[in-house]
Amino acid sequence: MFKENSFYDLAFKRYKRNKLAIIGTVIVFLFILLAIFADFIAPYGYSDIFENAQTGLYDKYATPSRDHILGTDEIGRDIFSRLIYGARITMMVSICAVSISTIIGLIVGLVSGYFGGIIDKILMRLVDIVISFPVLFLLISISTILEPSIWIVICAIGFVTWTSTARLVRGEVLRVKQLDYIMAAKSLGTPTFKVVTKHVLMNILAPIMVQVTIATSQAILMEASLSFLGVGVQRPMPSWGNMLIDAQKTIVIRDMPWVWIPPGILTLLLVLGIYFVGDGLRDAFDSKQ
Amino acid sequence: MRKYIARRLLESIPVIIGITILSFAIMQLAPGDPLASFINPNISMEDIEASREAMGLNDPWYVQYFNWITEVLKGNFGYTYNGNHEIKQLIMDRLPNTIILTLTSFIFSFAVGVPIGVASAVKKNTAFDYTFTIFALVGVAVPSFFFGLLMVYLFALKLGIFPSGGMINMRAGYTGLVYIQDVIHHLVLPAFVLSLSNIATVSRFTRSNMLDVLKEDYIRTARAKGLRNKLIVYKHALRNALIPVITIFGLSIPFLFSGAYITESIFNWPGMGQLGIQSIADREYGVIMALNLITATLVLVGNLMSDILYALTDPRIRG
Repeated sequence: MFKENSFYDLAFKRYKRNKLAIIGTVIVFLFILLAIFADFIAPYGYSDIFENAQTGLYDKYATPSRDHILGTDEIGRDIFSRLIYGARITMMVSICAVSISTIIGLIVGLVSGYFGGIIDKILMRLVDIVISFPVLFLLISISTILEPSIWIVICAIGFVTWTSTARLVRGEVLRVKQLDYIMAAKSLGTPTFKVVTKHVLMNILAPIMVQVTIATSQAILMEASLSFLGVGVQRPMPSWGNMLIDAQKTIVIRDMPWVWIPPGILTLLLVLGIYFVGDGLRDAFDSKQ
Repeated sequence: MRKYIARRLLESIPVIIGITILSFAIMQLAPGDPLASFINPNISMEDIEASREAMGLNDPWYVQYFNWITEVLKGNFGYTYNGNHEIKQLIMDRLPNTIILTLTSFIFSFAVGVPIGVASAVKKNTAFDYTFTIFALVGVAVPSFFFGLLMVYLFALKLGIFPSGGMINMRAGYTGLVYIQDVIHHLVLPAFVLSLSNIATVSRFTRSNMLDVLKEDYIRTARAKGLRNKLIVYKHALRNALIPVITIFGLSIPFLFSGAYITESIFNWPGMGQLGIQSIADREYGVIMALNLITATLVLVGNLMSDILYALTDPRIRG
C-alpha cells in the first residue's frame, strides 16, 4: 500500500496493532455499509405509514413484533427502517459539512500561517469572533432564520466549525515553514502556490487527518442536536436526532423505550467508533512512541 | 505582565465589534418586513413608505447598524413581536437561572474531573485507569440529549429519586431554606448531564498533563532525594500539572452555554436556553439575536479572564 518503511507505512503498522482503532474501524465500516445499502437492508421505506389491521387506524407506537422488529413511531412508521435510512442521512450530512469546514479551515490556516503579518492578524481575529459564539447557538440562529433543511444544516455546520481546523493548520504551517527544505524550495524559485500546496500542505497531512476524524464525530453530534431541537433535518426524512423529538413527552420516555433508545445508541456507537479511529491515527502518526 | 493584559484587552476590542456585526448580519438574514403587518387597503403605499423612512428602514446598513448598536449599548434590545414584552426583561429573568445551572456544572466538571485525572495518571494502565478512559470516551461521544433522556428515564421516572424537570416544586410553595433545598434537588440531574462531557475532557486533560509532569527531571530529583510518593504527586507534580487546566476554564464556557440549550429544554429549566428554544418556535428573531450577543460577550470575557489567570499563574508565557 505504501512504500516500505515510509512514514505512512510505519504509521499503518502501528495503527494495525492498536486494538481500539481496529474496533473503531470495523464499527465505522459497518455503518458505511448500512448507509450505502440502506435500500436493500431496510424492510420498508422510511416514510411508509402502517395501519392497524384491527382498527384500521394508523398503527402508532406499536410494540416490537415480527413485522416491525423495533416497533413503530408516533404516526405508524417502521422504526427499524427509519434507523437504517437515518444512518445514510447522518453520514451524508456529517461528511458534506466536514468537507466544507475542512476546505475553509485549510485555506484560512495556510494563508494565515504562511503569509503572516496583517493578513494573519485579521484572519485570527475573525476566528476569535466565530469561536466566541457557542456553536449550537449560532447554528440554531442560522438554521431557524434560513428555514431549516438538510442543506442549510450542512452549510451551517460547515461554516461554523472551520475555526479549529484553521487554528491547527496555522500552527502546523508555522512549524513547518521554517524548516530547511522549504527554504530550499523557495530559493530554487518554486512558485509560492506550489510551495504552499505541495511542500507545506503535504507535510502536515497527518495532523489534518486526525482533525478531520474528530470534526466528523462532532458534526454528527451537532446534526443530531439540531435535528432533536427541530431545526435540523426535517421529518419525514429520518435522522437519529429527529427520531428522538418525540421522546420529549413523558409518556414516550417512560413507556416506549423502543422509540428513543435505538437511535441514541446508534449515534453513540458511531461517534465512539470514529473517536477510536481518530485516537488510533493520532497514536500511529506520533513516531515518538 | 501589565503589557500582556493590555495587549489581550486591546485584541478583544475588534473581536467584540465583530461579534456585534455578525449578530446584526444574521438578524438581517431574517425574512419578512417589519411593516408587513401594517399593509391593508386603508393605508396608502405613500404612508407606508413615509413610516419606513421615519423608522430608518431605508437607511444604508451601516447607519442601521449604528442606530442598533447605540440602543444595545443603552441596554435596549427592543420588544418581542408577540405581546410586546421587553426583551431585556425577558432575558434578565432567565439569566440568573442559566448562571446557576452552568456555574454548578462548571464546578462539577473540575471537582470531579481533576481528581479522576490525577488518579488515572498515578495508577496508569490499571483497571481504574482503563475504566475511566472508557467512561471519558463514552462521556464525550454520547449525544447530550440522549444522555439527558436516559437520566430522566432512570432517576426520575423509574426510580423517582429526582424530579424530571423544572426548577422548583410549584405546588409546594416553599420559602427560605427549604426553597433552596428544593432548587438543589431539581438542579442535580441537569447539572450532571450538562457537565458530563466536560468532566470527561477535564479528566483526560489532567491525566495527560500529569503524566508529562511526572516524567520531568525535577520529579526524578525529588524521588532520588527519597521523598514520599504522595508528597511528590500531590505537592510537586500536581501544582504544575494543573496550570494548563486553566485553559480549559475558558474553553468550557461556550460548551456549557451550548449545552444549556439542550439540557434546559429537556429538564424544563427556566433559563436562557429554554427561552432560545421557545423563541425559535415563535420566530422571535430579536430575542435570538440578543441571546447570541449576550452569550458571545460572556464567552469572550470568560476567555479573557482565563488567559489572564493563566498568565498570572505561569510566568513563562508572559511576553
